[in-house]
Formats: sequence, C-alpha cells, structure tokens
Amino acid sequence: MITSFLFYTFSLILVISALGVIASRNLVYSALFLVLAFVQSAMLWLLIEAEFLAVVLVLVYVGAVMVLFLFVVMMLDVKSESLKDNFNRYLPMGLLLSLVIVIEIVHVVWFRSQDVISVLLPQANPESYSNTQALGALLYTEHVYAFELAGVILLLAIVAAISLTMRRRPGLKVQDVPAQVNVKSEDRVRLVKVPSNKDSSR
Amino acid sequence: MMITISHYLVLAAVLFSLAVVGIFINRKNVILLLMCIELMLLAVNFNFIAFSRMLGDELGQVFVFFILTVAASEAAIGLAILVVLFRTRQSINVDELGSLKG
Amino acid sequence: MEIIYLTIVLAPLVAAVFSGLLGKQIGRSGAHSITIAGVFISFLLSLYALKAIAIDGAPIFNESIYRWGSVGGLTMEVGFLVDHLTVLMMTVVTFVSLAVHIYTIGYMHDDEGYQRFFSYISLFTFAMLMLVMSNNFLQLFFGWEAVGVISYLLIGFWFKKETAISANMKAFLVNRVGDFGFLLGIAALLMYAGSLDYYQVFSLAEDLSEQSIELFSGMQWSVLSVACICLFVGAMGKSAQVPLHVWLPDSMEGPTPISALIHAATMVTAGIFMVARMSPLFEFSQTALSLVLIIGATTAFFTGLLGVVQHDIKRVVAYSTLSQLGYMTVALGASAYAAGIFHLMTHAFFKALLFLAAGSVIIALHHEQDIRKMGGLRKYMPITYWTSLVGTLALVGFPGFSGFFSKDALIEAVHLSTIPGSGYAYWCVLLSVFVTALYSFRVFFLVFHGKERMDSDVKKHVKESPTVVTLPLILLAIPSIFIGWLTIEPVLFGGFFNQSIFILETPGVVGQLGDNFHGPLSFIVHAATASAAIYLAAAGALLAWFLYLKRPDLPQLFKEKLKIIHQVLENKYYFDSFNENFIAKGARMTANSFWRVGDEFFIDGLIVNGSARFVRFFSGVMRSIQSGYLYHYAFVMVVGLAIIIGLLIVG
Repeated sequence: MITSFLFYTFSLILVISALGVIASRNLVYSALFLVLAFVQSAMLWLLIEAEFLAVVLVLVYVGAVMVLFLFVVMMLDVKSESLKDNFNRYLPMGLLLSLVIVIEIVHVVWFRSQDVISVLLPQANPESYSNTQALGALLYTEHVYAFELAGVILLLAIVAAISLTMRRRPGLKVQDVPAQVNVKSEDRVRLVKVPSNKDSSR
Repeated sequence: MMITISHYLVLAAVLFSLAVVGIFINRKNVILLLMCIELMLLAVNFNFIAFSRMLGDELGQVFVFFILTVAASEAAIGLAILVVLFRTRQSINVDELGSLKG
Repeated sequence: MEIIYLTIVLAPLVAAVFSGLLGKQIGRSGAHSITIAGVFISFLLSLYALKAIAIDGAPIFNESIYRWGSVGGLTMEVGFLVDHLTVLMMTVVTFVSLAVHIYTIGYMHDDEGYQRFFSYISLFTFAMLMLVMSNNFLQLFFGWEAVGVISYLLIGFWFKKETAISANMKAFLVNRVGDFGFLLGIAALLMYAGSLDYYQVFSLAEDLSEQSIELFSGMQWSVLSVACICLFVGAMGKSAQVPLHVWLPDSMEGPTPISALIHAATMVTAGIFMVARMSPLFEFSQTALSLVLIIGATTAFFTGLLGVVQHDIKRVVAYSTLSQLGYMTVALGASAYAAGIFHLMTHAFFKALLFLAAGSVIIALHHEQDIRKMGGLRKYMPITYWTSLVGTLALVGFPGFSGFFSKDALIEAVHLSTIPGSGYAYWCVLLSVFVTALYSFRVFFLVFHGKERMDSDVKKHVKESPTVVTLPLILLAIPSIFIGWLTIEPVLFGGFFNQSIFILETPGVVGQLGDNFHGPLSFIVHAATASAAIYLAAAGALLAWFLYLKRPDLPQLFKEKLKIIHQVLENKYYFDSFNENFIAKGARMTANSFWRVGDEFFIDGLIVNGSARFVRFFSGVMRSIQSGYLYHYAFVMVVGLAIIIGLLIVG
C-alpha cells in the first residue's frame, strides 16, 4: 500500500517536473526541473529495487551532466524569449500527437495485456541479494568488452569536448617545457667584448 | 492494489510523450532539445528497468548502464559543440544554423 | 603446281610489302625494280600455267591451301581454283599489270609518292589474282573488297587534290552499294546451300532454283534468282553498270596508269569475270539473265553517247570503257559467256593501250587533259600516234583487229539470243557500234590531226615520250592487233571454256555461231556481208571525220540546235544530280531526323538529361522533406509510431 502511495507521489512529481522542463520560460528553471525529474526517477527506480542504477543516475546526471547543463546555460547568456516565439503554433499538434501515443500505449499495456502482465509482477528480491554485486558480476564477466568500450567512449567524449572548446588566444604567456629543457647556454649568455677605456686617467 | 509493470510502462509512455511535445514547442532552442532527449532516454530506461525486474534478469540494467554512459558522453559533446557554436554565431537558434542547407 | 600458283599470288604481295614499308630504304629504283620483278615472275608463271592447262591439258587445280577459320559448320579457307577461265584472266591481269608497271616509271617520274604508287599497284595485282583464283565465295569477297580498297587509295593518290578526294569517296560509296548486294547474294547462297565452296554451291544450283523465298509478303521468288540478282548488283558496282556507273568517269582523277590498269583493263572486269564464273548459277535463272542483258545493253548504248560530248581525253576513254563493259554484260546476259570473256580479254589490251596513249599525250602536254587544247600531235609523237590508231581501230572493230572479232561475235550472239529483252539489247549494241566509232575518232582526230590549239609555250616542249612510256604502248599494240585473230577459234569456238562455263541449253548462242565458223578470214567476210556492224562503224568514223576535220564549225551548230539533248548529255542524264539531290540529301535528311529525334530528343533529351532532370526533380522533393529540423523528423517518426501502434491495436 505504501509502495503504491510512493509510486503515485513520485510519478506525479515526475510528470509535473517534466512539464516544467518543456514549458518553462527560463532555461535555468528548465534545467532545475530536469534535475528534479532525475531525482524522482531515481526514487522510482529504488522502489523497483534497481538501487545501483538509481544511485548512478543521481551521481552522474544530477551531479555531473545537469551541472554541466547549468554551467553552459549560465555561461552562454541566451535570450530565451527570442527562442519561444512559436510556442502556441506547434503546441496543439504536438499535444494531440502525444495524446494519441499515450492513449495507444496505455491501451496496449494496460487494457490489452492486463492478464499477461499481472502474472509477471516484479518479485521481491531475497534478503541476501545485492543489486550492485549482481550487476558487477554481469558487467565484469560477460560484458567486459562492452564495458571497456564504454570507457573508451567516455574518454573520447572527454577529449572531444575539451578539444572543441579549447581556444588559443594570441598573446597569452605560456610555459614551453621542451624549449626550456632544450635550451643551450649560448642562447642565454652573450659574451660581449668591451674595449677598456685606456684614457681613463684624464 | 499492487504496482505492476504496466504502471511503469504507462509512466514511461507519458514521460516520452512529454519529451516529444517538448521537442515540438521548443524547436528553436538547442539546449532544451538536448534536455528533451535526456528525458526521452530516461523514459526508455524506465522500460528497461521495469522489464528487467519483471523477468528477474539483470541484463536490462546493464543496458541502462550503457545508455547512461553514452547519454552522458552525448550531452558533454553536444554542449561542447553548443559552446563553440555560440562563440562563432552568438546564437543557438536552430533557424539561424542553416548554412549547410542547399 | 600448288607452289607455282602460290608464287604467282605472293610475288606481287611480297614486292608490294617491300616497296611500301621499306620504300625509303630501297629508294626509287629499288621500288620499281622489286615490284616489276614480282609482277614479271607472276606473268611468266601465269604463262606457264596457261600453257600447262590450255595446251598440255593439265588437270584443273581445285584445292584448299589453308584453312584460317571454322565456325559452326562453316569452314573458311584460302584455296585456288585454276581452270581455263582463271588462267586466261591471270595472264591478262599480269600482262597488263606488267605493262603498266613499266609505263609508271616514266609517268610518275617526278612524283613524290613513287614508291607508294608501286606498292599500291603491286598490291592491286595481288588482290586481283586472289579474286580470280579463288575457289570459294569468301576469298572472292576478300579479293573483291581488296581491289575496291586499292582502287579507292589510287583514285585519291594525289590526296591534296580536292576533286580526287571527292572522286575516291564517290567511288567507294557507290561500290559499297554494289558490295552490299554482293554480300547479300553470298549470304543467301550460304544460307540455302550451306557452303562457300564454288563447286559445292554449283552442284546444288538446280535445287536452289526450285526453292522459293518470300521477300515481301505474298511474293514468291526463286532463291537462285534472288541470289543471282544480288550477286549481279555487286557486279554492277564493280563493273560500273547503270545506275551504279557514276563513279567510273570520276575515277579518272587518279593517275593515268591506274585508269589503264584498274579502271579499264582489270578491276572493272571483275564483275564480268564473276558472272561468268557463276554461270552455273545464272543459267538456272532466266530472270537474272534478262536483268543482266537489259542493264548491260542500257549501259552500252547510253554511256557511249555521253562520250561524244566530253572534252577531257581521259573521260572520253572512261565512257568508252563503260560502254564496252556494257557489251560484255550483254554477252553474259545472252548466255554467251565465252564471247563476254573474249571481249574482256581483247578489251583489256586495247583499252589499256588507249589509256596509256592518252597518258603519253597528257605527259607531252604537261598534264593538259582538255582535247580542245590539243590537235596536230601526229608529227610530234609518231609512236603514240600509231599505237593510238591501233587502239582506236581495235575499239571500233575494224576488220582484223582484236576488237572486231570479239565485238562482232558478241553482237551476233545477242542477235541469236531469245531470252526476254534480247531484241532491245541487240539494237542497243548495234547502235552503240556507231556511237563508239563516232566518239573514238572524234578524240583521235581532235588530238592528232587538225589545227594545233595548244598554248605556244607548251607547243615548244612537245616531244615524244620516253622509252619506258612507249615500250608498253608497243607491247600492248601487238596483242591489240593480233590476239583476236589468233585466239578467236580456240577461245571462242574451240570449247576452251567447256570445263569452266556451264550453259544450260546446248549448244547455246556461241555454239550456234561456232557451227558457222570456218576460220577468221571467213568470219570477216561473213561479218561484211551479213552484219551491219562494220558499216555502222565506218559511218561513225566518217561522221567524225566530217564533223571534226572537214567542218569543225558544225558541232557548235548542232550544239545550239539540239540544246536539250546536249544539256541532258552534258549532265550525264542527271544521274549525279539525282544521287546528290535525292539519295544523298535524303540520307542526310533521314540522318538529321534521326539525330534530332532519336539522338538529341530521345537519347540525350529523355534518357540522359531526362534521367538527370528526373533525379533533380525527385531530389528536390526529397530535399524539401529533409528540412534539417529535428522536430520535423521527430514529428514524422512519432506519426509513424502512432500509425504502427494503431495498426497493431486494430489488427
């Protein structure tokens, strides 16, 4: 009973925050609503006993990706008003289409397959079960190559993002380590022969 | 009344549809488009996890793990491109990004 | 014997290759020595073969030498069939060729293409020998085309001369029309007889004449008639019969030795030879024979008339050649093959003689060919004068000269013939005797007698031609006088061609003549008493004398009085303008319409540019779909999703 209550509460907040994401006038609000939506999703995943992913979602998305979004939004100083001019023009069409989809999906997964789905209720995991351990066992054995690849992809993303955004400003004073190491004494010290002043006595 | 898998699937459908609506009404704003895509991926993840739990197979969660990875990379690169774009064009309006169009 | 025949054919070829490819290395004298040596060897060996076959009675040689291809059931071979007909042709060809070779030394003396010229005429000798000696249709066709090509090369020998270029193009194109018919004829024979070998086809001739073929719906033709007519179309092209005769007068643009060798003595008689060789086929098709007869008669009379109005000395001789070729064709049509070949042989000598004499005159006058600018050359060029007189007398058929025997026998044979069209043919050949005498003596008198009309500075330099030029004239004058007298009995009536020529109704017209033949002398007497030909010839000669020596003002008067006739003759019956205005223009129009409709509109417009335009249009549509806006794609995707789920639900 308490599970149902929690589910509906979190779901409601999730839907509202999703609405907030798409309808906010301010991009910062949108981003913050998205954070809320992620948190609610993490709650719902906890309810269904996918603990590891819930934690990862919060850590990675709320902690990293959404912070990135917020940074960019604030950094770019976008005039969001100019980007919302056609708000009402596409709304009815989009809403209608979404409604059709939702109705259809609900029709399929709720009314059509109720008898099939009800026998496949999620079973509660036993006491000794550890979601993290089970996932780890799968990831590091069966899917180790995919896992490595995911690492490579992340590395690629890092490199790409940095190389895209990095810029060399002219006139910037930077350290050139190889030049410092390869420097020779002749480059630094110049011996100048100064003629002695013979006629100093005068 | 128990919470069944259908509840999750319907919730995912609603979330997905909202993301689609978001793409329609925010068609000019690249950042919001990226956010809506994140939202869509979240809806997909919901389905994966729900089915994974229903079938008692963690493979679905492994998929979610990878999706999260790729989505994070995508967001990072997307935002990087956005930054470069803004630097050169002073705008992120999709309508103004048509120089490659014939 | 095989070695001898091979040598006959290959000696000129080897010589031609040497003088053609190594012309610079062996030099001018090297080139003419080697080619003359090659042709001389061929001539001697041909004489030997003639002796062996005609006198010693050696067996007929019919063997394949080399098989060069075999496709399906069809074997393609190089082989020789040497019988009386062949050996006669070989001797004539090599003899005239030899004379022309020697003559060329003088005629082409200061021409740049000296070695090239010798190479060509030697090559021509090779091709002509291949033609006459072949024992199958394929080799015949090879020789046929090879002589055509060399004729083309030689007419355009002075390839910087505009008229020569158009003349050789014309000759080539007109011959192509004939050759196409020839090829169709060979193909028809191959299709129905299944073989290319002469004797195998001949043995099936009677069967073929009974089979029928439907060329147009509802019209049944005898296979043999169709094949023979097609073959004769080839002969019409090569032997310049109306209406494919137009190329021959123009071919006089080439050097004179060529006119003598190719366009008078040998190549143009290839058609005559071919029909005679195919006599076993033609005999079974009276339709074809009638056609041959009528075409020949038309050619003989009407082209002869044209000679009367021409002013170019070589063109007059060329029209004379046309007329004489018509005679030969008439003989073939009347089944008097032996008479045709006999006339071919005598004609080869005296016509080559006339051409070479004309060439001699042309050299003496520094390449002046207009007879209105000649005259009174008799005292400057005695040898040329006398040899020309011999040639002219032989041509008009003066009793005792070679042309007399052959022509008179021929006319009598046509008189005896009974096939459809023979009446018309008889009158044509009889009247053209008169015409022949008229134009021959017209030229003769205008060139050698009367007032000297050439320019004064030319007149100073006029002198007799060198020995290399006059020697061939004398060489050719001898047979022009005597060959008829000597050979009429063995060749014409002695059954010389019994093994080569087949005549359906024995004894045939020549046989009937032979029954009344009692030696050359009585033949002359008989001709003088029973035939009008001699008197007609005499009348022609007299008229020429009267018009061009006695009253030179009269021709001009006639020209003005008979303006229309003169106009028609001057324009050569409008054959050229017909060809140009209808055939050439029509072909151009057809080609133009194909170009405009087929090529520009259909292929270029619809297929090439059309497909590109279609792709552009279609990609324009696709481009408007591919807007590049994410929400468009998302919209389409979601609509598709909705539709698919909807279908799932409904289904």
